[in-house]
This record gives sequence, C-alpha cells and structure tokens, in this order.
Amino acid sequence: MSDLIKVGISDYAKSRAPEIIVTYALGSCVGICLYDNAKKMGGLSHIMLPESSLAAKTETNRMKFADTAIVDLARDLAKVGAGRLTAKIAGGAQMFATPAMGAMGDIGGRNVKAVKAALAALRIPIIAEDTGKNYGRTVFFDLATGIMKVQSIGKNILEL
Amino acid sequence: MIKNYEELNDVHIDVLREIGNIGAGNAATSLGMILNAEVGIQLPKVQITDFDTAVNALGGAEAMTVGVLVNFFGEANGMIMFLLGMEDAQNITSILVQEDDSGEEGLSEMKLSAIKEIGNILGSSYVNSIALLTGLQIDLSVPYIAIDMAGAILSVPIIEFGAIGDKVMFIEEGFYTDGRELNSDVIMFAEVDTLQSIMRRLGLEE
Repeated sequence: MSDLIKVGISDYAKSRAPEIIVTYALGSCVGICLYDNAKKMGGLSHIMLPESSLAAKTETNRMKFADTAIVDLARDLAKVGAGRLTAKIAGGAQMFATPAMGAMGDIGGRNVKAVKAALAALRIPIIAEDTGKNYGRTVFFDLATGIMKVQSIGKNILEL
Repeated sequence: MIKNYEELNDVHIDVLREIGNIGAGNAATSLGMILNAEVGIQLPKVQITDFDTAVNALGGAEAMTVGVLVNFFGEANGMIMFLLGMEDAQNITSILVQEDDSGEEGLSEMKLSAIKEIGNILGSSYVNSIALLTGLQIDLSVPYIAIDMAGAILSVPIIEFGAIGDKVMFIEEGFYTDGRELNSDVIMFAEVDTLQSIMRRLGLEE
C-alpha cells in the first residue's frame, strides 16, 4: 500500500486510485469526501467553520470554511479531469454537552448544515454520512473504491 | 488596538504568561486542598501556539485525552480547557476516589465527576488570576467533560478561535505531590474584546 496522504485542519488534498487520504480526529469539524467513481479520483476536505463571512478580514485560508473549501476542491478536481462527483461526509460532533450559546453554539451542527448547503449548490449528491453525536472521528478515504472508513474510540469501524 | 492573537506583541504575551503563571500557582494550591497534600508545581510553560503544536504536545491527534471545559463570562469572556492524558486522569482520581474499578475500561462515574470538579476548581484558579490582575468581574459556567481523541477535543477551542486567528494560549503544567507527578495542559482562550480590556486595565492599550 502506498503512503497515506494526510489532510490537516483547514486543509484539503486530492488524488486518484490507489491512494488513500486520511484526516485525523474530526471533532466539530467536518470531513468531506468528493469522488468520481468512473475516474477513481477524488479529494478530502477538512473544514472547521461554516461560512467565510465569519472570518476576520485578514483571513485568507479558504480551506477553513465550508462555503469556500468545497467549491475550491470541486473546481480543482474538475481541472484534473473529474466529472460527476458524489459526496460522503463525517464529523460535526458536539464534543461537550454545553448549552448552545453565543456565536459558536452547536458549531458542529452548523458546520454540517453549511456543508450540505454548499454541496447542494454544486448539485453534488451526498450518498453517505456519519455526522453529529458527541465523539471524534478519523476518516480514511480510499480512492480505489470510494469507501469512507470512519474510526472512533470505543466504536466499531464504519465503512461507508 | 489588538484584533487577534497574531497581533500580540512581546509585552502583551508577557502579560498572558503572567496570568498563566499566577493561574498555575493558584491551581497548585487548590489542588493541594482537594488532595489534602502538599502540591508543588514546576515552572509552567506558557506559549502562544498553533493547533498542530498543541495537538503534538498532547501526544498526537488520536491520543486519548480527558478534556474539561469551563466557560467564563461577565466583564471577561472566554473558555478554559484542562487536558489530561488517560493515565494522569486515572492517577489523580484514584487518590480522590477509593474504589476498585480495575475491571473497568475508562473512568467510572465517580471518577468522571471528580475530574469535573478538579476542572472546575482549576478553572477558578485561572479566572481568579485574571480578576486579580485586572479587577474585572468574572463568572464561571459549570464544567463540561469529554473523553476522546486529542484532536477532536481541541477542535472546540480552535473553532472558537478560528474566526479570529489560528493561535491558542497553551500552558503546560507539571504538578507533583508525594513522589507522584501529574502533567496537565491548559488552553485558555479570551475573546478579543476581553484581551483588549485586560491590556487596557494594565495600561498597555489606549
């Protein structure tokens, strides 16, 4: 097996079979796997906030926000020849049972909502998801099969 | 006027360090009272650092970690998070809770509430150090606990910071008592207007 391609927070990567892209320990952040099944290529984005409008004016990292990261990743994939894309998403947990208050109340839920809106705007269907709840997730995205493997502490591994 | 953590100059960072130092000192005293023992503290290491450095200090993104979160509000707003490795969490709670749970995986209910209480008391230690230096009136929320991968737990403060910067204030503390060592880390996040009022109270900002 080839080396894993690692995606950090506010980052994304794209590649093709037989590579595997991984992002570790998603909490309230969301991992978005975009895949072209015919060409066996895809990308994984790890966003941490729903909208770029939340950012300070000096912020320039578009990979941090659901609304900008997904558009950019889909465009980058199209540039290298991807056609029809489908999406699988994971993450968006509420790690602490705090009451939803302040600008960042239930940020996990808001991230998931923003990811779904961004995908809908690009007409990319979501074919699998493991979101919400209160635990962290590590995501492996296998570009040979399009399978998103989700690993959490004390839980069975999900293959979606 | 400070707009985010990147704009803090050396003097500002020294102030935050001092808050961290006083907080850790108070924390050792409070911890000693709960544990009914003399608790010493090594000089805490206070840094303004990025997410990856903080995650690595905790043993990597997937290291199992106990996090206790306390929000503070009033004239200063932000959050304080205590982070303990599983082993340290087991050690400290076994001093406080005498029960045989060797068959159990993770922490028992009793131990969880002991950790929450420690988080609560340590949270007050840090908030008191801000109050002491600045005279600001500050209240604390109840403590919230999560046991999970370090990266997932740290995503909470990093997201709170996310809109204003990529740096967090990360304090590594080492307590010791009775030949035992306890290492814990603290992440403190104050909102930008709170940073401004702290610096203003200390005469460092207009």
